[in-house]
Amino acid sequence: MNTYATTVPAIRAKGIGVAFGGISVLRDVTLDIMPGEIHGLIGENGAGKSTLGKVLGGYYSASAGALEVFGTRAHPWNPPAALARGVAIMHQELQLVPDLTVAQNVFLGIEEHRFCVLKTTEAARLDALMASSGFQLQPNAVVSTLPIADQQKIEILRALARHAKVIVMDEPTSSLSKGEITQLHEAMKALRDEGRTVIYVSHFLDDIMETTDRVTVLRDGALVATKITAQETKSSLVSAMLGDGKTETPFPQKKIPANRTAALQVTGIASRNGANGATLHVNKGEIVGLIGLVGSGRSEIARAIIGADPATSGEVVLEGAVYGKASVAKSNDLGMVMVPEDRRKQGLVMTIPVCANMTLPHLSQFSLAGIIRSGLERLRAGKLIDHFSVRPADLDGNILNYSGGNQQKVLISKWLMEDPRIILLDEPSRGVDVGARETIHNAIAELAEKGAAVLLISSEIEEVLGLAHRAYLVDRGRIVEEIDPATSDVAEVLAALFRHQGTGKLEEAS
Amino acid sequence: MTFVSLTRFFQNYAVLIMIIVLMIVLSLMSDSFLTIRNLLNILNQNAPLAIMASAMTFVIIAGGFDLSVGAIFAMGSVCSAWLALNVDPYFGLMMAPVVGLCLGMLNGLAITLLHVHSFLATIATSLIFKGVAVVISDGRLIPVRMAEFTWLGRGSFGGVFIAVWVMIAFALILTFVLTRTTYGRKVLSVGGNEEASILSGIRTNRIKISTFALAGLAAGLASSISVSRISMGQASAGAGMELQAIAAVILGGTSIYGGSGAIWRSVAGVLLLALINNGFNILNADPFYRDLTTGLIILAAIGISAAGKRR
Repeated sequence: MNTYATTVPAIRAKGIGVAFGGISVLRDVTLDIMPGEIHGLIGENGAGKSTLGKVLGGYYSASAGALEVFGTRAHPWNPPAALARGVAIMHQELQLVPDLTVAQNVFLGIEEHRFCVLKTTEAARLDALMASSGFQLQPNAVVSTLPIADQQKIEILRALARHAKVIVMDEPTSSLSKGEITQLHEAMKALRDEGRTVIYVSHFLDDIMETTDRVTVLRDGALVATKITAQETKSSLVSAMLGDGKTETPFPQKKIPANRTAALQVTGIASRNGANGATLHVNKGEIVGLIGLVGSGRSEIARAIIGADPATSGEVVLEGAVYGKASVAKSNDLGMVMVPEDRRKQGLVMTIPVCANMTLPHLSQFSLAGIIRSGLERLRAGKLIDHFSVRPADLDGNILNYSGGNQQKVLISKWLMEDPRIILLDEPSRGVDVGARETIHNAIAELAEKGAAVLLISSEIEEVLGLAHRAYLVDRGRIVEEIDPATSDVAEVLAALFRHQGTGKLEEAS
Repeated sequence: MTFVSLTRFFQNYAVLIMIIVLMIVLSLMSDSFLTIRNLLNILNQNAPLAIMASAMTFVIIAGGFDLSVGAIFAMGSVCSAWLALNVDPYFGLMMAPVVGLCLGMLNGLAITLLHVHSFLATIATSLIFKGVAVVISDGRLIPVRMAEFTWLGRGSFGGVFIAVWVMIAFALILTFVLTRTTYGRKVLSVGGNEEASILSGIRTNRIKISTFALAGLAAGLASSISVSRISMGQASAGAGMELQAIAAVILGGTSIYGGSGAIWRSVAGVLLLALINNGFNILNADPFYRDLTTGLIILAAIGISAAGKRR
C-alpha cells in the first residue's frame, strides 16, 4: 500500500513543538498521517508520544509549528474545532457520563430535537451506526455497568456519530484483558478498512506490530523516524526508541556502602491499589532502583511500604524491627519518607509559601508547645534554599509561580530537612531542566553517602542505571527480576521488561 | 504592572475598602451614625455572629462547610438557660460552649467516619440538634431573670460591653492560632492540598474534626452571650446564623475552596453586613430593600475577589 504519496494527508504536522511551563516536551515534529491507515506512535516513557497524540487529536495546541487537516490549516485547534474537522480523540481516561445509557452517551450534545424537545430517534440512529460499524451494544444499557472494552466502543461510536475521519487512541489497551484487546484491534482494522485513520499511541510493542500500517518513533520529544511496520521487528523498534549515540549526562560517582546492613526489608507486600506481592530490600547507604513501564505498579509498591495505601498482605521490616499497621505519619516518625511522583497533586500545598511547604512534615521540630518558632523555621528552610539553589530564593515566595524544576527542588528539600534514614523517591527528576536534574542527582548520591537507604523509582531507565547500586524490574505490582546496573544497558533492560510483559500475558490467557 | 498590583491590592482589601466607603457615606448622610455609642452598639449586637464567623473561617480554610452552627447555637441557648434555672446560672453560661464543642465534634466524626461531604452531614445534624433543642425546651421559652446570668450579655467593662471584649479576645486568639501555631499551619495545608498533607504525615481527619469542634465551641460561646443578653433560652434562637456566618467569611475574601484566608477578613465581613443593616435603620430607609441590598453587595464583593483568581 504505497499510495501514500499521491493522496492528501489526513493530518500533516509541520515542525510541531510543545512546551509546558518553559520545558519543551516535543520539538520540531514533522509528520504526514494518511487516510485509511493505522498509525502507531511509540517511544520510551516521556518521549512525547502521548503529547503528540494529544496535539494531533486537538487536545493540546502546539506552541510551535502548524497542523493541516485534509489539506487546510487547522487554526484554532481545540477539541470542538478538531471534532468539526473530523478528528476525535479517545483518552486513556474515558470521557463518558456514567449514569446515562449507551445511546444517550453516543449522541450527547448532538441529540435530534424539535424546539429543544428530544425526538425519539436515538435508538434508530444508534442501530444504523452500529450496523455500519459492526459494533454491537445494548442501546439502553447504563454506561457504568459496562466493561471498559464496551465503554471504549461507545467512545468510538461517539466519534463516528460525529463523522470522525481520524480517531486518536491514547493508550487504549492499558486496562483491557487479552480478549478485549483483540476486539479493539479488530475494531481499529474495521475503521481503517472504511478509509478512516486511527492514530494508535501505545507502549505495548506487540500491539503496535500487530495492528499498525506505519509507526512513528519518538525519542526525547523529537521524531526519530516513521517506518512501515511490516518492515520492522520488535528489536529494531526498541533500538530506534533508544537511539545509539545517546548523550550521557554525567551521573555522580557511586560510592560503595561501607557495611551491608539492611535498612528496609519488604516481603510480599500487596495493596488494593496495585502492589501485588513485591519482595525487595535496601541496605544502608545503598541506592536501589525500581524500573517498570507506566502502570507497572512501581509507585504503588512505594505507597504500600510507606503506608499511604493500606497493605493487604506482606511484611515490612525497618532496621530489623517488624513494622506493622503503617501510616505515613508513623513512617515519618521512624525516619522513612516518600517523595511522591506528582508534585502538584501530592507533593506541594500551592496555597502556602515556600518555607511553609518545606517545613510541613517537620513542624514539631520547629515548635514549642504548638507555637511555631518562626525564626528557627526560616533559618532551616533558608539553608535548604541555599543548598538546592532554589530560584527565586524567597522564603515567602508563592510556590504556584515557581518553575517545575524549582518546585521539585522545594519538594525534595522538604523531605531532606530531617535527614531521613530511608527515603522512597518517586520520579525525583520528572519534568525538570538539566540544571535542576543534576542538583537532584547529587542530592540523592549525597544522601546515600551519609548512610541513608534510597529506593529510586523513575521512568527513565538511564537515570536508575546511572544512580542505583542495584535495581529491580517491576511488572504488575511485583518484582520480576533483579539486575546489576553496572553490567546492564537500557536496551537490555527494556527488552527484559517487554519480555516479562509478554510472559505475563501468556499466563493470563492460559 | 502598577495596574496589576493596584487591582490586586483592591481585591485583597475589597472588604476594608467597602467598609470605609460605607462609613463615609453613612456619616455624611446621618449625624447619628458616627458616634461612639452607635459604633459600640453595632459591635455589641454583632459580637455573637463575629465569634461564629471567626471559627467558621477555620472550617472553610480546611475545605469544609458547617451549616449546623445555627442549630448548635439553639442547643447552647436552651441548655444554658435550662442549666441556669435548674443548677446554677454561672454553670449554665459555662456549659454552652462545652455543649457546642461536643456537638461540633460529633459533626466532625460524622463527616470523617461516614466519608460524606460536610455540607450534607451538617444539614442532617442541624435538624437533629434543632430537634433535640425543641425536646429539651419542650417547645417553650425558658426565661432566666437573674443578674448572675445576664451580666455576660448586658454588662460592660471599661465603658465597652463585655461581649465586645470577648469577641476581640476570641478573634485575636484564633488569629494567633491560625498564623503562629503548628495547628494553624496544618489547617491551611489540609485545605490547600489534602493528599499532600496526608503524605506529609498530617492526620488530616483529626484536623478536620477539630475545625468543626471549634465552630461548635464558638457557636456555644456566641449563644451564651446572646441568651444572657435576652435572658431567655429558646429553640428557635440562631436560625439563619449559619448562613450569615458563611456569608461573612466569603465576603471577607477567604477562599471558598479552602487553603487560605484570615480571621480579620471574616470579622470585617460581619462588620460590613452590620453596617448595611445599621444604615437602613438610621436612615429610616425602606426595610423592604434591605435583603436586596445586602445580596447585591455580597455578590459584588465575591465577584471582585473571584475576578482575580480567573486565569
